[in-house]
Order: sequence, then structure tokens, then C-alpha cells
Amino acid sequence: MSTLFERFLDPTNRADPYSLFAELRRQPVCPQADGTYVVGTHAEIDRLMHDPRISSDDLPDPQHFRWTGRPITDLIIRPVRAEIRKRHRPFIFRDPPDHDALRSRVMRALSVERVRGMRATTERLTGELIDKLSGQTRIDLVAAVSYPLPVTVICHLLGVPPEDEARFHGWATQLATALEPNQRGDEETQAKNEETFGEIADYIQDLVKAKRREPQDDILSDLAAGDESQRMNDYDLIATAVLLLVAGHETTVNLITNGVLTLLRFPEQLERLRREPEIAPRLIEELLRYEPPVQYRTRLALADIPIAGTTIPEGAPVVLLIASGNRDPARFTDPDRFDPDRRDNRHLGFGGGLHYCVGAPLARIEAEIALVALSRRLREPRLLADPPPYRQGASLRGPSALPLAIGGVEQS
Amino acid sequence: MSEAPGRVVIVGASLAGLSAAKALRTEGFSGSLVLAGDEPHLPYDRPPLSKQALRGLTSADTTLPQPADLDLEFRLGVPATGLDRAERTVILADGSRLAFDRCLVATGARARPWPNSAEAALDGVFTLRTRDDAERIAARLRDRPGRVVLVGGGFISFEVASVCREMDIPVTVLVRDSLPLAGAVGAPLGSFVAEVARGAGVDLRLDAAIARMQGDARGRLAGLVLEDGDRIETACLVVAIGAERNTAWLDGAGLATDRNGLRCDRFCRALGADGTPADGIFAAGDVAHWPNPHDGGALVAVEHWGNAVAQARTAARNMLAGDAAALVPHDHLPDFWSQQFGLTIKLVGLAAGSDAFAVVRGSMEERRFLAVFGKAGRTVASASVDSARWLPAYRAAILEGAPFPPLPGGVDAPARVAMQSLEEPTR
Ligand SMILES: Cc1cc2nc3c(=O)[nH]c(=O)nc-3n(C[C@H](O)[C@H](O)[C@H](O)COP(=O)(O)OP(=O)(O)OC[C@H]3O[C@@H](n4cnc5c(N)ncnc54)[C@H](O)[C@@H]3O)c2cc1C
Repeated sequence: MSTLFERFLDPTNRADPYSLFAELRRQPVCPQADGTYVVGTHAEIDRLMHDPRISSDDLPDPQHFRWTGRPITDLIIRPVRAEIRKRHRPFIFRDPPDHDALRSRVMRALSVERVRGMRATTERLTGELIDKLSGQTRIDLVAAVSYPLPVTVICHLLGVPPEDEARFHGWATQLATALEPNQRGDEETQAKNEETFGEIADYIQDLVKAKRREPQDDILSDLAAGDESQRMNDYDLIATAVLLLVAGHETTVNLITNGVLTLLRFPEQLERLRREPEIAPRLIEELLRYEPPVQYRTRLALADIPIAGTTIPEGAPVVLLIASGNRDPARFTDPDRFDPDRRDNRHLGFGGGLHYCVGAPLARIEAEIALVALSRRLREPRLLADPPPYRQGASLRGPSALPLAIGGVEQS
Repeated sequence: MSEAPGRVVIVGASLAGLSAAKALRTEGFSGSLVLAGDEPHLPYDRPPLSKQALRGLTSADTTLPQPADLDLEFRLGVPATGLDRAERTVILADGSRLAFDRCLVATGARARPWPNSAEAALDGVFTLRTRDDAERIAARLRDRPGRVVLVGGGFISFEVASVCREMDIPVTVLVRDSLPLAGAVGAPLGSFVAEVARGAGVDLRLDAAIARMQGDARGRLAGLVLEDGDRIETACLVVAIGAERNTAWLDGAGLATDRNGLRCDRFCRALGADGTPADGIFAAGDVAHWPNPHDGGALVAVEHWGNAVAQARTAARNMLAGDAAALVPHDHLPDFWSQQFGLTIKLVGLAAGSDAFAVVRGSMEERRFLAVFGKAGRTVASASVDSARWLPAYRAAILEGAPFPPLPGGVDAPARVAMQSLEEPTR
């Protein structure tokens, strides 16, 4: 008999994890057989996100290597590289004070002005992607719009040359497994991640060198600039760049796809968005609550934490089940209803506390532009498969494809 | 309490008054609603007045947001001069009378004036409580006075000093005690703030008192002499020595008022001189003096933004409560913030009267820390400097009465938590 959380992780429940949550929330903090504590209620998730006894530094140490038989590689290069990676993890896996310094640099580089400045580019890109659909009657929204849009935007912001974008596809998919505890532990995945990280790190290192020689108006140039005493070191720089790229590839994609899927399931809302595009911001907040692209995040208890009648023991892995907290009837009235008019919508879609998503403003803009444009321009869109096929991940959850029938596209 | 109210009069058109008006409407009150205030302005926010507003940054607007459908009648620019409990009317200075079924007293506090009235009248001597005050001071700062002197060791004093330093204006802060803020937040934090201020170039004088101010022939401030004989040349001095509660207009109404404000019970009902709730009269915000459930019901009066909003909401609900069983207690845990010298300081709980102190996250050296206050072994307050993200956890610990120090272990904790007494400065 598998536990509720195991059933949640099971790919066969990917299309509708939500029906499991009511039962799961009956015990706000649920110990699992493997020693993990799953937290599914809004109040407790919110509380733990602000609790200093909770650490985000929960990645397993890389232990397994596929032996190459070359002693220098096996005994020196790889262990050293593993040690460096461990010390220079991306800041979502780090705690204060280190976390704060890295994050604040990123916040500065991802400034309000820079994000706002992406509006026009995002609108143009969206327009072009939709233009390409003219003449077609069957499309996959993921391949056509949801994937290429955020990927192009994040590459543009970071300063990755457009011709290199394609290379990130495979890299990002592979590295996203770091967010899936049921995958990241196994030897095969770890070895592949090491290899992938090596490739992406080499690529970014070269790019950073180029940016230092010839700085441009992009995030990587900003992060690479300054003398060595002020800027972050190159290991952290690479880890940060990889993080932003992976996050930019793996999250907004789901937000846009989930958005279209949800709007097609509630056609009156699609119609409304078409007529009143000004509701988009609220609609997107509700989407982040109703179908959060990041369904859960993991943490580590650094001390015994008594909470909601249970004590999470020191050393225990903790799962903060955002998707469940977002459907908690103790926090939201009629939580399983998709209601863009919802007031006081304090969802956990972007997390909370010190790890609150740095890309939130960007994600909001991209989703807003994409959904408004799609609602206006796709003629008679219809789902060809409901539910659509899903990608493997349970944490970064979203359709792998969204096949639609359309009656053509409107001119922009 | 009896029939559902048809007419509500709120006296004091500021944060508490407007918050109560909003809450009354949200709670479904559809009768007539009057907001009477002596200032000519629509309700505005005060915290920016000692911060951005002095540099003209938010002068654009500190007006508090108001929903369009509030259906509120303003009576601005006329002070209330009396309250007739028998007649259930508020009397305004222009002679008009406002009849009410429920009345909320939200007249807040005013800046305590400089005790020597001749000195206080000198051109260049200011207090800071209102938007007009802030505009006058801002205008003076734009003229780049040679040196600004702040009198008083409270948060407002240090905030104004901070703005002056940002504008590169020389500034002296005069504090009567041996440390600033020590009464409110204890010596360790008081000495921290002192050190930060000094580091920013503030000429901080402790144990300093003014013997006399000096004016020129045209009645303008020219300088002052301290009790130790030192003379400071200045044409701009801000008196920030605390606030006095606006209860004088209630004299003769038979309500329980004193220098701590208007006494009310935990349901925000104003008490009569006989100590029983006065029918239909409530109080909220800086003017209220109330039993704090987090300190065994000891009376407190706080001058904090968050309390004004929370208490106004509770008062509004209770004004509409049909019977005693429907009353909700005001159980807000006081909190406060301040911005100075590039740091954000936040406080939850009441640190005054505590007996132990410890820094439990970060460190004072890095100017990024979280500290807790204990009283008789329990956690009663927490202060953060640029570390507010942890405060919710400590707020919860305070509400639970967690043992001191709470939440041991975890992220960014010092190797050893050093307990300090509240009397002993940090450095
Ligand atoms: C410069 C400054 C900075 C501050 N910064 C912070 C901060 O950073 N953080 C924080 O938590 N708090 C801060 N505060 C405190 C916060 O602004 C107050 O707690 C809050 O304004 C209290 O609201 P209130 O409505 O109870 O009283 P008030 O804001 O004092 O309003 C009372 C109103 O009633 C009017 N009134 C008085 N008598 C009468 C009468 N007889 N008839 C009619 N009207 C009358 C007054 O003129 C005033 O308009 C600051 C205050 C000041 C002055």
C-alpha cells in the first residue's frame, strides 16, 4: 500500500494530483516511511518557509561516480569538481548568509527596469510565434509557444547568443532532476548530471570570458563585471547562470501551458480574458494558485521542529507541498474552484520567505503577454486530449505537449 | 449594546479613523458614516514623514488609499471640542453637532512641544507629526542649513538624522539619557543604533541636555547652549521628545482619560470615569490605552502603525456587534518598524520590561541580525535588523510564550548564543 505522497509522485497521477490532497491535509505534517515529512497545509507551509531551523541546502552529496579507469580523472579531477560543486551550489540550495549575498546580486541584475524592458521584446516574440501558426489546424502549444517563448526571453536576458539556445534544451531538462528527490538520488542520474553540468559550465565559462572582454546590456555581463573583490567568484557565477537558465526553461513553460489548458477547460474565462485583457494579472495569480508550475519544494530540518502536533526531527527531509497548500480550504474559500476574481489570494505559487522566486515579475509578464495574445489570436481553440500527456517531474509539473485544434489565427 | 447602529461618527481622520471606516463598510455597515478631523487634509500616512518625505521623495502623495465606494462624509479642518454622552453627539468647534449611535475616538497623539514656549516659538524650531510639519522641515533642509540638531533619543530623531546625513547635512543628536532608545528596546540595541549613527557621521551627544536656545534679533534660532556649557550653532532644530495623547477635547465627557490616553477594555470600548464601558463609545490607535493580553492584561499605549490598523478593525467589528457574546478582543501583538542609515529595523512584541537579550541569527558586526527579548524565561519580543524574513517564526514563538531563547539551532545561528542583560550596552 503506497502512501498518499508516493501516489502523488506516481506519474499515473500527474494529470490530477489535487484529488489526493484533501486526505493528505488531514494530517498537516505527515511523516513518511522513509523519514521524510510532507507538509500540505497552507499555514504550516508558510510557517516553515519562514522558519530559521529549515535549510534549503538539502542536495545529497555526490557520492557515486562511474569509473572511467583513468586515475587522474577518477581520483583527482572528479572528486575536486564534486567538492567545488558542493561548495558552490546555486543559491536556491543555499542558506543565509551566503544565500543573501548571491541573491541580492541577482536581484540587482534582474532589476525592475530590465524586466519591464523585456515587455516589448516578449510581445514581439509572442506575435512571431503565433504568426508561424497561420495555416495550421493542429498544433502543439508547448512546442509552438510555451517552450520557445520563455527560453528565448531568458537567453536574451542573460546574454546567451540565440544560435546557442537549442543546446540548453537537453541540458536544462537533465538538470531539472535536481528538484525531484525521487530522481536525483540515483547513481545514473547523478552521473548524468555531473556530465551535463560539466558541459554547461564550460560553455558558460567561455561566455563569461567573452562578456568580460566585451560587456553588453545583459545579466551575465552585470554579474561578471567588477573586480574580483566585489563580484561573485566564477564558480558561483556559473552555478547562478545555470540556475537562471534552468528556472527560465522549466517553470514559465508550465505556467503558460497550464494557463491555456485551464482556460480551455473554463471557456467562459477564456472569453472573458479575450474581452477584458485587464483581468490578466489577477487571472495569472489564480493560475499560480490553482495549477502551480512548481508543485513542491524540499527542505531539511536543522533542529527538532514541533509543529501542528508533530515534531519534525533534526535531519529530516521536509517536503513543502505548495500545490496542496494552494488548495487548503482553511485558507481559501472554495479552493478547488478556478476563480480569477478571488480576493486576498495569498497563494504559494512563487514560494515564500527568503527563497521567494526572484523571477516572479518576469514570469508574470511573460504569462500575461502570452495568454492575452493567445486568447485573442487563436480561432476556436479546442483541446485534442484532456488530460494532455505530462512530463515526468512531479515537482516541476506540466504537460509535455498540449495538442490543440484551431480554426486558424487572427492577424495581430 | 442594543439596536443596530444607523449613524457612526469617527473623530480623528487619520490612520485609525480611516481604517475603522473601511472595516465598518467591509463588515456590512450601510448607515451614515462621518469622519471628522481637525487637519485640512484627507487621511494620510505618517511613517514616510520622517523618512522619504523629508527629501521630497514621496511628497507626491502620502494620502492613504481609499476605496471609491466608501460612502463617507468628511468633516475636515474643524476640531471636535466635546462629546455629549447623554445626547450622543460630538460637538465641533464651529458649533455644529454630529449625532451618533456609535462613536469612535481616534484622535491619536500630537508631538510633545518643547517646554520653553519662548524657545519653541523661535523660527527654525520644529516638531514633526503632521504633513505640514514635514513640509516645513523639508523646505528648510532644501536650503541646506549649516547644521541640524535633533533633540530626543527616539526612532523619529534617528530617522530624521539619517535623512540629513543622506543629504550630507551635518547633524547633531542630543539624547538626555546615557543611551538612545534604551527604554524602548534595551541597552544592547540602543548602543547598536548609537554606533550606526556615529558611523554615518552623526554627532551624537549622550547625557546631553539643552540649557537654553539662542535667537537672533529677528526671532530666528541661532544656536543653543548645553548644560555642560558647549555651544552648538544651528538654525534648524527638530524637537522629537515623544507624543502627547489628544484627549483634551474629551474633558467633561466623564470618560477615563489621563496622560496615557483614553482607557478602553479589551474590546476597544471606551471606559467611563467609573471604569465601566461607556455605551456606544470606542477607541483605537495612538489615543487608546488598553489591556495587553500578551502581558497578562497589563495596560499599554503604543504609538505604532500596525496597532492603529488592527485596533481600528477590532473596534469596527465590535461597534456592529449585536450583543456581548459577539465582541472580539483586541489581541494584536504590537509591532513596529523603522528605517535609518540604510537599515530596516523591525520589532514585534513589547521589549520594555524584559530582562534578557540575545542575538540569535546573524551578527551585530555584520549589521544584519535578529535578536530576542526574554522576560521571566519566556520570549516576549524580537527585533530584526535587515533580517525581517525570520520575524514571522519569532512572532509565532512569542504568541506561544516559547521559552527563552526560542528556536535553537538552524540557519545562520551564532556558534554560541550569548545572553546579555538589557542594561549592558553591546560595545
Ligand atoms: C513622523 C512619524 C513617523 C512614524 N513612523 C512610524 C514607523 O516607521 N512605524 C510605525 O509603526 N509607526 C510609525 N509612526 C506612528 C504611526 O504613524 C502612528 O501610530 C499612527 O499614525 C497612529 O494613527 P492614529 O490614527 O491612531 O493617530 P494619528 O495619526 O495621530 O491621527 C489622529 C488624528 O486626529 C486628529 N485630531 C486630534 N484631535 C482632534 C480633535 N479634537 N478633533 C478632530 N481631530 C482631531 C489629529 O490631527 C490627527 O489627524 C510614525 C509617526 C510619526 C509622527
